[in-house]
Amino acid sequence: MNPLALLGDYTIQTVAIGAALLGAVGGVLGTFAVLRRQSLLGDTLSHAALPGICLGYLWAGARQLESLLAGAFLTGALAAVTVLVIVGRSRLKTDAALGVVLSVFFAVGVVLLTRIQQTGGAGQAGLSSFLFGQAAAMLRGDVVVMGSLAGAALLLVTAFWKEFKLVTFDRDFAAAAGLPVAALDLALTVMIALAIVVGLQLVGVVLMTAMIVAPAVAARQWTHRLEATVLLAAGFGIVAGVSGAVTSAAAAGLATGPVIVLAISAIVLVSLLLAPGRGIVWTALAARAERRRLRGRQVLLTLYRLAKEHHDPAYPAEKGTLDAYHGTETAGVLGRLEAEGLVRPVSHPPEPTPHWKLTSKGRERAEDLASSGEERR
Amino acid sequence: MTGWREPVRSPEEPALHEPGLALHVEDLTVSYGGAPVLWDIDLDIPKGVMAAIVGPNGAGKSTLIKSVLGLVRPVAGHVRIFGLRYREARRRVGYVPQRSSVDWDFPVTALDVVMMGLYGRLGWFRRPGRRARAEAMAALAQVGMEDYASRQISQLSGGQQQRVFIARALVQQADIYFLDEPMAGVDATTERAIVAILHRLRDAGKTVVVVHHDLQTVRSYFDWLVLLNVRIIAQGAVPETYTAENLRRAYGGQIALLDQQEAPLVEPVPEPEPKPTDPHHLEAGQS
Ligand SMILES: Nc1ncnc2c1ncn2[C@@H]1O[C@H](COP(=O)(O)OP(=O)(O)OP(=O)(O)O)[C@@H](O)[C@H]1O
Ligand SMILES: [Mg+2]
Repeated sequence: MNPLALLGDYTIQTVAIGAALLGAVGGVLGTFAVLRRQSLLGDTLSHAALPGICLGYLWAGARQLESLLAGAFLTGALAAVTVLVIVGRSRLKTDAALGVVLSVFFAVGVVLLTRIQQTGGAGQAGLSSFLFGQAAAMLRGDVVVMGSLAGAALLLVTAFWKEFKLVTFDRDFAAAAGLPVAALDLALTVMIALAIVVGLQLVGVVLMTAMIVAPAVAARQWTHRLEATVLLAAGFGIVAGVSGAVTSAAAAGLATGPVIVLAISAIVLVSLLLAPGRGIVWTALAARAERRRLRGRQVLLTLYRLAKEHHDPAYPAEKGTLDAYHGTETAGVLGRLEAEGLVRPVSHPPEPTPHWKLTSKGRERAEDLASSGEERR
Repeated sequence: MTGWREPVRSPEEPALHEPGLALHVEDLTVSYGGAPVLWDIDLDIPKGVMAAIVGPNGAGKSTLIKSVLGLVRPVAGHVRIFGLRYREARRRVGYVPQRSSVDWDFPVTALDVVMMGLYGRLGWFRRPGRRARAEAMAALAQVGMEDYASRQISQLSGGQQQRVFIARALVQQADIYFLDEPMAGVDATTERAIVAILHRLRDAGKTVVVVHHDLQTVRSYFDWLVLLNVRIIAQGAVPETYTAENLRRAYGGQIALLDQQEAPLVEPVPEPEPKPTDPHHLEAGQS
């Protein structure tokens, strides 16, 4: 289907705007969550939203987004507090406490959901879509709710940017400088919960954490400034959110969460592999280039030393000698040095074997290396 | 302009308590839930000295600094800086935390980190501008790191990271500095550079309090010594406090460590050292 035609569709527009909001807010707050090592907290908060959604439905008696999200936010907050209490009062570590709370709240949510579906009712059909998200279920009014939540969160982050930055990087220094760190911690946690609430309808409770963690992880690969990381994460979130949600809305019946998560996972994969400076492929290539450079220097210096020992600047060294000296085949290195104009192959009759000597440029380079003390042996 | 947490003082409260001292700690006891890690600490550090806090691992050195800075809530006791509560003296305090306390893979540059030292003075809602930048660059230059301003901090060596942390404290333009193991894991050249910076601060009348690990250098770097092992073992000017007996009491049963220290302690003494067994001398450092 033609993507432009798709964007003309009213439902698809709604979905695209909602997904863009989710991507932006998830990317921005996710960056803070990941840098604060709170990725797991996002998972717990989103799973703990399920009982809240069900309670919100029971309370409103209909599938009304505001009450569903309010319920989600409340049980999410309850879960977060429970984790804090468990960590404070028991010997359980944070990750274990998060895991326990996640399971308990999610189990309660599934039980409630099953109950509601059994009793039936006009609006309950939409509820199970909160498990994996359903773009097609979104209404224009929902976008307004999502937009206000996302807008509030982004406004707060902008207003307290340097405070959030400092408290995330160095909590002790922030506290010593007079920052109310506990309040800032709370604000960030609440906003992460808000971001999750924003995404519930589209992505669902099960996979929502990916929208928090993945954009930040991908963005971190490409830059070493917090400002750029946050913006890039928002950008990745928007791209993945819109492409995933639109695909899912166009192909009716596809749960939105998994499609969006596949999209953001592709971005993460590319970033982990290719990002300059940190990507796996990039690092491997850089390491290989560095190894080659080092080997080249060593061979150059060996030629230089041999020439010196023989008091002949143009001394032709037998390739076998070089191989033996370096304990490896040097043909590749010599070829690269030749391409740089540093060495030249020569024949040295009567010996039939290949010989190499330094060019004058190569001699200068070797003298530089030797005097700058960069030779390593 | 309004800074974070502007001090509020109630009028009936006595304003100053031991104003002649840079740091005054009274009856301080700290516990993380179990047995106290600091027990009944009474501590005075005069203005304008370079003081070392020395003691074995787990002695509570970092905890002492953290409770002075209000980062750890004590079970009992109180702290005064220039006679003021910490909150009131905050603007006059610079802090260099233990290097391992932050994630050095955090996406910020060296300059970003140094500018964080200015946030407190900027207060809410104001962003660091060109002047803040210039100040931060000047501090980086002071520690010889101006060429690394735009480096991501994970691409700095341990010694360079430490100097960035010190630059961040320098822009705080404090009157008293607390440094937690600034010399840990740096090479001899960097250590000399750091000590030179700290001596310059002291010579400018600032008070410098350093958690220090290397007993060998106490006498050449510092003029005030606090020996700590949960309790205060001894405190005072270095010549009187740095004695074999005091060190033995601070380091307790750690014989191996003492044996290592024994040689340099006795041998390269320039002047006649008071005998460590001299009973008068034993108490010299005690408050
Ligand atoms: N956050 C904490 N929670 C529980 N116990 C702690 C905490 N921080 C420190 N401790 C304990 O308090 C004691 C003192 O720790 P502290 O870090 O102050 O020692 P230190 O003298 O700085 O040691 P080091 O030389 O190893 O840095 C130690 O026994 C330590 O295990
Ligand atoms: Mg310590």
